[in-house]
Amino acid sequence: MALMTRRGAGSAGGGPRSRSQRVHARALASRVCASGARTAMASARVRAAGALARSAFSRYGHFSANGRRSLSASAALLARTHVNYEVKDNVAVIRINDPTSKVNTLTRQLQDDMMEVLNEVWGNSAVKSAVIISTKPGCFIAGANIDMIKVCKSAEEVSKLSKEGQMMFEKIEKSPIPFVAAVNGTCMGGGLEFAIACHYRVATKSKKTVMALPEVMLGLLPGAGGTQRMPKMLGLPTAFDVMLTGRSIRADKAKKMGLVHHVIDPLGPGVKDPEERLIEYLEEVAVGVAKGLAKKTVTVEKKKGLMQKVQDAVLGIPLVRNQVYKTVTQKVMKQTKGLYPAPLSIIEAVQAGVEKGPAEGYHVEAVNFGKLAMTPESRALIGLYQGQVACKKNNFGKPEREVKSLAVLGAGLMGAGIAQVTVDKGVATILKDTTTEGLARGHDQVYKGLNDKAKKKSITTFERDMTLSFLKGQLDYSGFEKVDMVIEAVFEDLSIKHKVLKEVEAVIPPHCIFASNTSALPIREIAAASKRPEKVIGMHYFSPVDKMQLLEIITTDKTSKDTTASAVAVGLKQGKVIIVVGDGPGFYTTRCLAPTLVEGIRILQEGVGPKKLDSLTTGFGFPVGVSTLIDEVGVDVAAHVAEDLGKAFGSRFGGGNVDVLKTMIQKGFKGRKSGKGCYVYSAKKKDKQVNSGTEEILKAFKLTAPPAVSGDEDVQYRLVSRFVNEAALCLQEGILADPVQGDIGAVFGLGFPPCLGGPFRFLDSFGADKLVQKMKRYEDAYGNQFTPCQLLLDYAKDPSKKFHK
Amino acid sequence: ALKPLGKTLSKPGVRNVVLVEGVRTPFLQAGTTYADLMAHDLARGALQGLLNRTAFPKEAVDYIVYGTVIQEVKTSNVAREAALGAGFSDKTPAHTVTMACISSNQAMTTAVGLVASGQCDAVVAGGVEFMSDVPIRHSRKMRKMMLSLNRARTLGARLSLLGSLRLSHLVPELPAVSEFSTAEMMGHSADRLAAAFGISRLDQDEFALRSHVLAKKAQDEGLLTDIVDFKVPGKDIVSKDNGIRPSTMEQMSKLKPAFIKPHGTVTAANSSYLTDGASAVLIMSEEKALAMGYKPKAYLRDFVYVSQDPKDQLLLGPTYAIPKVLERSGLTLADIDAFEFHEAFAGQVLANLTAMESDWFAQNCMGRKAKVGAPPMEKFNLWGGSLSLGHPFAATGCRLVTMVAHRLKKEGGQYGLVAACAAGGQGHAMLVEACPQ
Repeated sequence: MALMTRRGAGSAGGGPRSRSQRVHARALASRVCASGARTAMASARVRAAGALARSAFSRYGHFSANGRRSLSASAALLARTHVNYEVKDNVAVIRINDPTSKVNTLTRQLQDDMMEVLNEVWGNSAVKSAVIISTKPGCFIAGANIDMIKVCKSAEEVSKLSKEGQMMFEKIEKSPIPFVAAVNGTCMGGGLEFAIACHYRVATKSKKTVMALPEVMLGLLPGAGGTQRMPKMLGLPTAFDVMLTGRSIRADKAKKMGLVHHVIDPLGPGVKDPEERLIEYLEEVAVGVAKGLAKKTVTVEKKKGLMQKVQDAVLGIPLVRNQVYKTVTQKVMKQTKGLYPAPLSIIEAVQAGVEKGPAEGYHVEAVNFGKLAMTPESRALIGLYQGQVACKKNNFGKPEREVKSLAVLGAGLMGAGIAQVTVDKGVATILKDTTTEGLARGHDQVYKGLNDKAKKKSITTFERDMTLSFLKGQLDYSGFEKVDMVIEAVFEDLSIKHKVLKEVEAVIPPHCIFASNTSALPIREIAAASKRPEKVIGMHYFSPVDKMQLLEIITTDKTSKDTTASAVAVGLKQGKVIIVVGDGPGFYTTRCLAPTLVEGIRILQEGVGPKKLDSLTTGFGFPVGVSTLIDEVGVDVAAHVAEDLGKAFGSRFGGGNVDVLKTMIQKGFKGRKSGKGCYVYSAKKKDKQVNSGTEEILKAFKLTAPPAVSGDEDVQYRLVSRFVNEAALCLQEGILADPVQGDIGAVFGLGFPPCLGGPFRFLDSFGADKLVQKMKRYEDAYGNQFTPCQLLLDYAKDPSKKFHK
Repeated sequence: ALKPLGKTLSKPGVRNVVLVEGVRTPFLQAGTTYADLMAHDLARGALQGLLNRTAFPKEAVDYIVYGTVIQEVKTSNVAREAALGAGFSDKTPAHTVTMACISSNQAMTTAVGLVASGQCDAVVAGGVEFMSDVPIRHSRKMRKMMLSLNRARTLGARLSLLGSLRLSHLVPELPAVSEFSTAEMMGHSADRLAAAFGISRLDQDEFALRSHVLAKKAQDEGLLTDIVDFKVPGKDIVSKDNGIRPSTMEQMSKLKPAFIKPHGTVTAANSSYLTDGASAVLIMSEEKALAMGYKPKAYLRDFVYVSQDPKDQLLLGPTYAIPKVLERSGLTLADIDAFEFHEAFAGQVLANLTAMESDWFAQNCMGRKAKVGAPPMEKFNLWGGSLSLGHPFAATGCRLVTMVAHRLKKEGGQYGLVAACAAGGQGHAMLVEACPQ
């Protein structure tokens, strides 16, 4: 969360937070993905897979949305533009390439072309087998085209799309000749459903080859037979895992799972572009396999291991299967609090197919697909996905010079994290601290981050060492005369920031950008000490930097466009989703978080226990409850920010008494890092206990809860309305350039419920008027903290006004 | 008709360095007649053979440089042990070099440097590889425990260490067969390389067959005069390479791929095999050699070492090295009369030839305007190569240079070009010029 960045604090950075923050990221991930169905059989290991979308979602990025299709309906009759084929040695090689887009998606045109080709192939008695391949570099089929779903007005229309897909794939599955899917690049959603309808799959081990059924992340289900074929192919537990997490599967893993039969290593340069040659090579191998299948020298059946046989036998017992459904459902309910309909729909479709036969299974899949497409959750998640794609672009143009070397000041948790994500992309990075101890700790953090990747085999130990060679730890400013950007992550104190700014400006070259990783200090105040304020910018990272996707970039009215372009370029290189916001106390994210936390304290003072408060917030869809969040952020940090922003914004930021926090600090209850906060933390016990000392403090500061606004639901909406109102104010004041960035920042940085899609999406679906009504009631009880801002009032007055089109 | 001789590649102010003689033990497949020896035994054989053949006074040897790849831990400086064992003077210093398959090339060029700079007048270089026995280690865990045991002072401490012994401690560690940097086996990389250049299985099998047929012919015609007999204690005198086995295309086509399964193209038949063998050469300043009454075989001229991406271009060293060495000496490919390339894999040789013929590769990977061209096959590895003669890693370099010198003499050529690839993505090329006869 925003505030956590505070402990960037040079060598003073404390360790314990990183874990807690990860909890946040994880919770967010699991919330969206309802991960861990695999645990039906195995342990309850929570998937640390990156938060909403870290991997799969971003790759899903190819889920392109081009709205070109309706125009070409008549042209389609004239020519096949997306699919063609040739017959090589009795093998039909069917090649896919959508000329209108960088990626192949299952559009109407593609499907029509495909059906036409398939019919010709089936009509040709010389053809004994077939290969399906994409000639598009880096992409097999990225999935269905979202626009096809978005233009549908009813669940029935969407169900029809699903049925068409089902039919096409069923024809392939039941084809008289065997089909080989030759997969290179993205093979997701409908693309993977296509591939698994084929009889045999060959895949390249290219880094771009990723298989996934990420529909669940968009609030949908695999609607073209995926819920029916996956369990047969992978067994129930693995199929649930794949479909409920939407996780990305690389080729070698897919081979192990039995998702593909045969893998091919990528090639280096030869006498032409390596990617082009790889596709050719893949085709050669696939044609060989296809010939073998026709001659029956190659078989489709895979040898099953003992474990697989045992599992199959066990799952053959209906009672066991029922138990699996039950366990998976429970798991999903626990992780989603029932806020996400898609995972449950997936389970339902799978169960229908396995228990009642394919006809029923396909029917339920299509019907549920239609229903899901109409849910606000799906709209919200699709909105987030598209927003995320938008926030992965540089709208400020190409920077004048690329940042090739970078220096980070402060080797604390934040500084080292920033260094890690920078060296990870091969950028030479200086990590400077003031003490050797601090430096050593920071270096270890980077090493550990990379070594963990090596342990998970996502990189080799050699790649780890090579990456680490880009990092240079030091105590002085040597070499700063050559760096292109400096990011400071020193203690959050204006005078310290001024001191390092002056020191740095004395040694850096004129073109070098100075970025401050602060969570709340206004950048213009930091820039006041600068000789060249046009080169000063805010880059607010979230902890842990290597896991949290958001980067909030803050520009002042003096920051030059090129400086902004450069900061965005660096952030994108680091793999971040970026929002660019205006300057002001707390910018956007911290500013939304502060009143929410203050309201949380008031609620605690009113006698709602920390556990109850947590369950109310998580029950609303937040990945981390407010009491836990205070502990994670740090009670001292929360107090500091509440006070600072309170001074800046006045009584609107009031609510709970800051003295509650101050008393907690006095007693040493600083949150997780000190072992005690709202809860007591111990290394041994997983189940945290409420801190009785804090309960006593809360009693001493007890407030009487106004009964009219203190029901469970009102407590939830009090928290949410303060968050949302502040977000709307940021938009109204121009801190935010648009609602999309507001939604992305809130969800990816603060854990605003992804099922609601962000504060603005929430206003659209919930209704600004309804929220204003609620706020008026709270205003009556508490005063101006709940006064809706003008923008909210405007939108409440006119229900046709929406933040998102 | 003899073509008119080109200019000599001698450089003003630089001593002419000559190859006086080159010998090698017969190259045998690992695990055959040499099986019970040690690496330095073979090295002794080559070194002694060199002394015998040249009748060179051993006290006149200024220095010895020897290459090896898989090191026997007992003789980590195998150069010194073998020299002593071969009866060289104990006053002659010796050091060992390693650079994968171009280790003895490195030994020779080190010698060239010593002679050219005037430090030495006569240097023996060579290399040995012994694949019949390789160091197999205890696991790291076991080694750690054993070393701690050494330091443990009390019986209790020792017992508690022994108590930590688990079955997993006993799993041995084999010498690495894959690249350290990429964790990829060389054969695997060669297969990918062949695929990248579109080299078919048929092409590879044909090339391998050519190598065996030519080697057999050379063997039968008695051209492999660099071989010195080797007496294995308690066994026969070995005087011939034993891996030369011309097969038929049909037989070769039956083999399954050895590395990339099931669609790969590199098989046991079109790869070089594990070999035991050693080689040695005598390198001198021309002046001194003539003064001592020797008739040098060839001048060792310009040479280069190159290195490139160890993942995707592991075995493309020759492609990178050849244009560079030609430029250094102002020659073109057409000037070369005899080519001797190291044949690690048929697919690797053909990939290099294809790369050298490709403008795309020259422009996109080498930053050159145009291709340098590939050697014509009628000048290429005419007496067989590593695929057929065998490839004792660190002994191959001297075999190549001696062979090209012998071929120049036999064929009447002036310039020979040696090129080789090596693990680690490195490569080497050297120009050899025939001495006036």
